[in-house]
Amino acid sequence: MAKITYIDHEGTEREIEAKNGETVMEVAVKNGVPGIDADCGGACACATCHVYVDEAFVDKVGSPEAMEQSMLDFAENVKPNSRLCCQINVSDALDGLKVTTPESQH
Amino acid sequence: MPSDGHLPLKETDTLLVIGGGQAAAQTIASARQWGFGGKIHLIGDEDALPYQRPPLSKAYLKGEMTEDRLYFKPADWYAEQNVELSLGVRAETIDRATQTVRLSNGTTASYDALLLATGSRPRALPTAGATLEGVHELRDLRDVDGLKPVVTSGQNMVIVGAGYIGLEAAAVARQLGANVTVLEMAPRVLARVTSPVMSEFYTKLHEDHGVKILTDTRLERLTGTDGTIRSAELSDGTRIEADIVLVGIGVLPNQELAEAAGLDCEGGILVDEDARTSDERIFAAGDCTIRPLVHYGRMGRLESVHNAIEQGKLVAAALVGRERPKLDVPWFWSDQYEVKLQIAGLSNDYDDYIVRGEPDSGSFAVFYFRAGRLIAVDAVNAAPEFIVTKKLIISGQTLAPALLQDTSVSMKELAALAAA
Ligand SMILES: Cc1cc2nc3c(=O)[nH]c(=O)nc-3n(C[C@H](O)[C@H](O)[C@H](O)COP(=O)(O)OP(=O)(O)OC[C@H]3O[C@@H](n4cnc5c(N)ncnc54)[C@H](O)[C@@H]3O)c2cc1C
Ligand code: FES
Repeated sequence: MAKITYIDHEGTEREIEAKNGETVMEVAVKNGVPGIDADCGGACACATCHVYVDEAFVDKVGSPEAMEQSMLDFAENVKPNSRLCCQINVSDALDGLKVTTPESQH
Repeated sequence: MPSDGHLPLKETDTLLVIGGGQAAAQTIASARQWGFGGKIHLIGDEDALPYQRPPLSKAYLKGEMTEDRLYFKPADWYAEQNVELSLGVRAETIDRATQTVRLSNGTTASYDALLLATGSRPRALPTAGATLEGVHELRDLRDVDGLKPVVTSGQNMVIVGAGYIGLEAAAVARQLGANVTVLEMAPRVLARVTSPVMSEFYTKLHEDHGVKILTDTRLERLTGTDGTIRSAELSDGTRIEADIVLVGIGVLPNQELAEAAGLDCEGGILVDEDARTSDERIFAAGDCTIRPLVHYGRMGRLESVHNAIEQGKLVAAALVGRERPKLDVPWFWSDQYEVKLQIAGLSNDYDDYIVRGEPDSGSFAVFYFRAGRLIAVDAVNAAPEFIVTKKLIISGQTLAPALLQDTSVSMKELAALAAA
């Protein structure tokens, strides 16, 4: 279990209790978090689940694999802490994670 | 922007949705997100909550994903959003004069706006033995629930049809240890949907994993004992042992309901740029439609998640009176083994193509042109090629074949050289 906070581009926060094994994207979609469309359902094929990971969690979340990285290279408004959140699995270690959705996804 | 008198829908209006798949789920989610507060009633003939199909031939078939992870939304969401669900119920006839739909449970549902999101169904195998026990299709959750327990190590599996779904299932079955033979009538795999370079790549990929691929091969009949499949007989007399047969020879649009109601259909339910049918109160979205393909200046039917989502949003926007969402270029993906294919654009009428990169390296892209313009890409483990092409087509730009062939120039640099 992990509490995850989704912050939209205007700063509105939504805290959600997430189960281990789900992805950060699935938790968002099932709870109707706006700004994470996740069109491909987590296949790392669409880049509509782009988020910025809170600096304190960047190391815990880990770095993207090659496919995700090359999708990110072409996403809009990418930053060093950008991730596709369908590629982040929820675990106890991520309790307290905060992610922000980019303005372009709203 | 809709100008019809009955739109945007009012708080007292009812949106009735037929078919609980990708397009239906999207329309409902977007309509609520964009503020529609009236009644929404969903009629779906499957007994499951609306779910995603792509994993059915991928992670879910492989046993790497539980059923609840396929659902777009959990059951609570529908209750919270005040969406009435009639699952396991079929819509049987539409009466446009009274704006009602007769349902298989004997009741009648009425609408102010109606969405037909009935999807498509597998083309039936026109061969003797097609109804034997052990002959499967792969369209819905229950199909996979029947298939999953039998696709196991050492089983002999024959897949009829080498399209994306058949090949994805072949990859999973191989990874689970089954002996897989793929039969294809055409001279190459994926013949209907892509170029010979791609067919060659996928043939080799599957053969390297131990799948037997027989092209130019006609299935004569399926034979069995006691009603259970035993073998597949080819037109040249060859017999292949089969414990499981999977039929994947394409799909047909579910347009009969619309047709019977007198809506214009032509190999799919005809819709306009707002996904509206020939009746202004009735919309249609997803696999069941023939729609304008604005980047290509023609009508066509698409079978993809992108299309279902996009049309789902078009319907919701029209219903609430929101500006029409920007249209994307048709796109699709397929996962087989460790290979991710991403397709942007429609290549079917290409007159030229070039290959960027080496297929043997496992990462390359095939760019398609028509009259000198870039119209599509098949990108194999090549996300930059996919994304750049998608953006170029949307913005009406093109790149010369010779430029695209030069791998010493990155896709980022190439994108900057694109011309209108
Ligand atoms: C195995 C598989 C793998 C796929 N992989 C990919 C992929 O990797 N990428 C991609 O982009 N696309 C993929 N697709 C295609 C994609 O899933 C479809 O294009 C998409 O689901 C279409 O959505 P839809 O809403 O039009 O139809 P569907 O999702 O098929 O939903 C239609 C629903 O309507 C119901 N229905 C029909 N008639 C009635 C009636 N009269 N009354 C009540 N209910 C009715 C049907 O039973 C069904 O539940 C795949 C499809 C399959 C089957
Ligand atoms: S959901 Fe499509 S890339 Fe994450």
